[in-house]
Amino acid sequence: MLNIYKALQERILVLDGAMGTMLQAYKFTEEDFRGARFKDYPTPLQGNNDLLSLTQPEAIKTIHGKYFEAGADIIETNTFSGTTIAMADYQMEDLVYELNYQSAKIAKEVAEEFTAKEPHKPRFVAGSIGPTNRTASMSPDVNDPGYRAVTFDELRIAYKQQVEALLDGGADILLVETVFDTLNAKAALFAIEQVKEERKTEIPVMLSGTITDASGRTLSGQTAEAFLISVSHIPLLSVGFNCALGANLLQPHLEAIANKTDFAISAHPNAGLPNAFGEYDETPEEMGEQIEEYLKKNLINIIGGCCGTSPEHIRVIANIAAKYKPRKVLEGVD
Amino acid sequence: MKVKQTKYMRLSGLEPLILNENSNFINVGERTNVAGSRKFLRLIKEEKFDEALDIARHQVDGGAQIVDINMDDGLIDGKEAMVRFLNLIAAEPDICRVPMMIDSSKWEIIEAGLQVVQGKCVVNSISLKEGEEKFIWEATQIKRYGAAVIVMAFDEVGQADNYERRIEIAKRSYDILVNKVGFPSEDIIFDLNIFPVATGMDEHRKNAVDFIEATRWVRQNLESVSVSGGVSNVSFSFRGNNTVREAMHSVFLYYSIQAGMNMGIVNPALLEVYDDIPKDLLEHIEDVILDRRDDATERLLDFAETVKGTSKEKTVDLSWRENPLQERITHALVKGIDAFIIEDVEQARQEATKPIEVIEGHLMIGMNVVGDLFGAGKMFLPQVVKSARVMKKAVGHLNPFIEAEKGEEQQALGKILMATVKGDVHDIGKNIVSVVLGCNNYEIVDLGVMVPPEKIIETAKRENVDAIGLSGLITPSLDEMVYLAKEMERQNLDVPLLIGGATTSKAHTAVKIDTQYKNAVVHVNDASRAVTVVGDLLNKKTSNTYVAKLKKDYDEFRTKFLKRGKEKSYISIDEARKRKYKVDWNTSEIVRPKELGIQTLEQLSLKELVPFIDWSPFFRSWDLHGKFPDILSDKIVGEQASVLYNEAQEMIQEISAKQLLKPKAIFGLFEANSINEDDISIKKKGNEVAVFRTLRQQLKKREGIPNIALSDFVAPEESNKTDYMGAFCVGIFGAQELAESYKAKEDDYNAIMAQAIADRFAEAFAEYLHKQVRTKHWGYASDETLTNDDLIKENYKGIRPAPGYPACPDHLEKDTIWSLLDVENKIGVQLTESKAMWPAAAVSGYYFANKEAKYFGLGKITDDQLTDYANRKGVTKTKARKWLHPNIAD
Repeated sequence: MLNIYKALQERILVLDGAMGTMLQAYKFTEEDFRGARFKDYPTPLQGNNDLLSLTQPEAIKTIHGKYFEAGADIIETNTFSGTTIAMADYQMEDLVYELNYQSAKIAKEVAEEFTAKEPHKPRFVAGSIGPTNRTASMSPDVNDPGYRAVTFDELRIAYKQQVEALLDGGADILLVETVFDTLNAKAALFAIEQVKEERKTEIPVMLSGTITDASGRTLSGQTAEAFLISVSHIPLLSVGFNCALGANLLQPHLEAIANKTDFAISAHPNAGLPNAFGEYDETPEEMGEQIEEYLKKNLINIIGGCCGTSPEHIRVIANIAAKYKPRKVLEGVD
Repeated sequence: MKVKQTKYMRLSGLEPLILNENSNFINVGERTNVAGSRKFLRLIKEEKFDEALDIARHQVDGGAQIVDINMDDGLIDGKEAMVRFLNLIAAEPDICRVPMMIDSSKWEIIEAGLQVVQGKCVVNSISLKEGEEKFIWEATQIKRYGAAVIVMAFDEVGQADNYERRIEIAKRSYDILVNKVGFPSEDIIFDLNIFPVATGMDEHRKNAVDFIEATRWVRQNLESVSVSGGVSNVSFSFRGNNTVREAMHSVFLYYSIQAGMNMGIVNPALLEVYDDIPKDLLEHIEDVILDRRDDATERLLDFAETVKGTSKEKTVDLSWRENPLQERITHALVKGIDAFIIEDVEQARQEATKPIEVIEGHLMIGMNVVGDLFGAGKMFLPQVVKSARVMKKAVGHLNPFIEAEKGEEQQALGKILMATVKGDVHDIGKNIVSVVLGCNNYEIVDLGVMVPPEKIIETAKRENVDAIGLSGLITPSLDEMVYLAKEMERQNLDVPLLIGGATTSKAHTAVKIDTQYKNAVVHVNDASRAVTVVGDLLNKKTSNTYVAKLKKDYDEFRTKFLKRGKEKSYISIDEARKRKYKVDWNTSEIVRPKELGIQTLEQLSLKELVPFIDWSPFFRSWDLHGKFPDILSDKIVGEQASVLYNEAQEMIQEISAKQLLKPKAIFGLFEANSINEDDISIKKKGNEVAVFRTLRQQLKKREGIPNIALSDFVAPEESNKTDYMGAFCVGIFGAQELAESYKAKEDDYNAIMAQAIADRFAEAFAEYLHKQVRTKHWGYASDETLTNDDLIKENYKGIRPAPGYPACPDHLEKDTIWSLLDVENKIGVQLTESKAMWPAAAVSGYYFANKEAKYFGLGKITDDQLTDYANRKGVTKTKARKWLHPNIAD
């Protein structure tokens, strides 16, 4: 499994694109989300995409397969909201282990199928760990700046459960992503360290922050470099940014960290910025052109797509990535 | 000195802090330490966290690159205080931009601190005092939380107090951390114990020199680590003699830094510049620090008696009066000094062949310097207005001579008409823009306030002006501006139209005004931009391209803006009512006001109001941006802000002493119940005497988030409970007269100042009255203890929303308040046709006491609520639309 490190030295690895955008095309109804098993569940379930790993596993498998076909080396499990904290919205806290386990298992099956077909190009599964819907270093109440809706320990416990399930299900990598509050990410890293210690194993960890706007800062106010410093205490496979911005707007932030770290650099930007209707309409070619700028500047080791990207985007990105050498990782992992 | 370093410590708050070989000494702020600051301890004990935050902020403003926080005191819950304070700091970007140092001798406090900070902190401290096992465990945790660590030179035997023990413990700690824990060496900071010298005891003689030498050894032998310490300890024996202490700190640091100490706790106020230490004192101190003589301590003690601090006296520097005439005039204009200007201008006049030459020559040369400095951001608005005052005074002196010669008029760059639109009375911003343009050599035709559109257009034609500037503060003024633009188009005017004032925006200008008038329309919301905009508009060579560019810019902005409006979706008013904010009226506390009915308040001293003044908006009105009191120490505008603040204080003194402004207030507390969902029925002894109509949010929100109307905060009639609400109006009388009296003396600066202060007094009065109502007249919060800062941050219970503001944007509701309280007859505050209050320094609104009541923004409403509202209010839908249109969804 550790040949991910080898693969990283050899080439730019390609991460998959959006899961949510692909699922939208299925136009699943409330009943589809429920399936037979949750027919009488007390809360509305439409929109709980993570649940589809249990109720519509074929759709999830098909999407994973499409991304591998398009040239992805790594696919993300369908577990962006797979913590007790995020699942509380659907009263599905008790299902968290199963959701993560099954999602990882499905993804792993597809990955193994493709690796068997093309042994020269091993495929990997990254367990997606989202930010949850709460912030540990910001108050949701403007009138009470000292208030916190979630504590470090609550996050740590929730993340630990997700991490264990993802690993049990077969995830090769953990991807802590869309980090808008660095303290949430630190809780996830803390949990991962605990699991590493308990299982006496190494787990490659990718960490990806989100710069929310033109100020060049995370939602919790850190500059790109401050963010990097705040998460560098754990040996990471890669660090980078995803979501919120299109490829061109992400570039300066990647530049801000690329020569300040020994870790690999990852990016999975959105397909541009949303238009007036909240849709992403940047074409694969447009996005590819912008991404090629990163590669020309030798900024990247892992590249993929976030909101609004499709297998077509990934195909174009993979073709471009194949033409370039990966950014040289200064010293490898400590 | 060669230090052994391959990796660098990297810390972070919101911003990075990296210690490399080029970094200067890192200064750690230590005033937020309950063990070291009695004031901080008191504030934490009294839970005055806002003031405690100010201490942290001052340190960062004063140059602390890391903030040390310590809550170790027997009488406070250290863990709770640490978490609360760090959480509050996290909401203050000007503090949390730097890394935090979490300082405690208790592990549970350290861990609690590490769990609430997103950046990479420093832990202060751990040591081998209680053995290796605990040391390893804590270090492992700290590494996992992602922090650097201070290691005290302390072990199972005790604290290191000589050279050998220091390096022994440092070496042992280092080896354990690096080899057993895998702690990054660059994240280790040694505190090698700084102890006092010159104590009179022989064993203390080498305290400083041992520290310095141990520091040298550590930096040379333990790769990539840092060395820190608390510097003031070294001079402990000289408490009370700051001259000696400051010099001792400086000497100690001078040698320690050379030896490799790269961070530490130093009070910058207690530090002399090494090179400024008098030779003789320096020699005596170095003898002590470096232990160079057996009698060093006695000699320094004797010498210290002779150098007790002397205070420096401040004198006014008048050396500029020696300079040549032009330089003196320029100096007076740039510095805004009017004491000598008449004398200088008179000399210039006598030397010139014609008096006009003094204006076109001497004065314009000076004003050009002012203009350049202002343009380059090196002078700020209040200074420019002062320059204008000097200029006016000079011109005032010259005018009679010029008139005596006749026919000669100075050629202005252009003529600008300025007016506050019909129905509006607010003119501070307009006056500032007028002054700034005036001192940039534009002729200003100022029509004052409440100017009808016909008069603006007629004057523009008659005076042949080059541009028209419109100002307004209240929302109905926006419509007036649209109307005026239409009229200008209809009557074929072709001069540019400038739009400014607090409610105006680029969006409104682009969408509503620009489309009405084919010539240039520009939104100019700060005075400093006015000069360049007007310059570009009136410059014959460039104006065509500039106007074309403007039109294109506004067109693009408009397209973008209109597009984004479509993303929002709204729910019907019926649906919104179902989702109202639900107070549980069975359990919610309702307090009957102690004093029901209407009262007026006229015998109030202004001095009572001063503590309630919120200064931040005052600075904003002068284009100085920042939060008070930090703005006073701001790197860029701090100096100017301080000058302005001091002058405002002086004027307040004078106004209060002579009672030049007169505060008056009226308020009433009534029985009330919400009826028909969104209305509030006001009753006297059970009989309805008025109905307030409130508006409900209609923006589609997430499940569980209510669509609020103010009526939600008053118990409905169906609840069968009698609830209460209040209404009020405060006004400050006399500002206009005061401003006019200054203007008559050619002193626009103080005229604007008087208006700005009156505005602050009105807001302060509203705050004061609200407090009186909460604690006394209504009495539902009789036990509240809030600082002024709490008030500004609206930390109180209950709200006082004002018609025309976000929660209740309908200005027409003021009519209801006016008739309910009989405001105009009782205290004399009037309403204009646009429902602006006169005098302009006035505030009116409602009181709600429910503890769940909160401020909110209405946002946009849709047609169904508009129809319903018009019906409820008994006005035509057209009228309702006119008054609410900024809040109606497209």
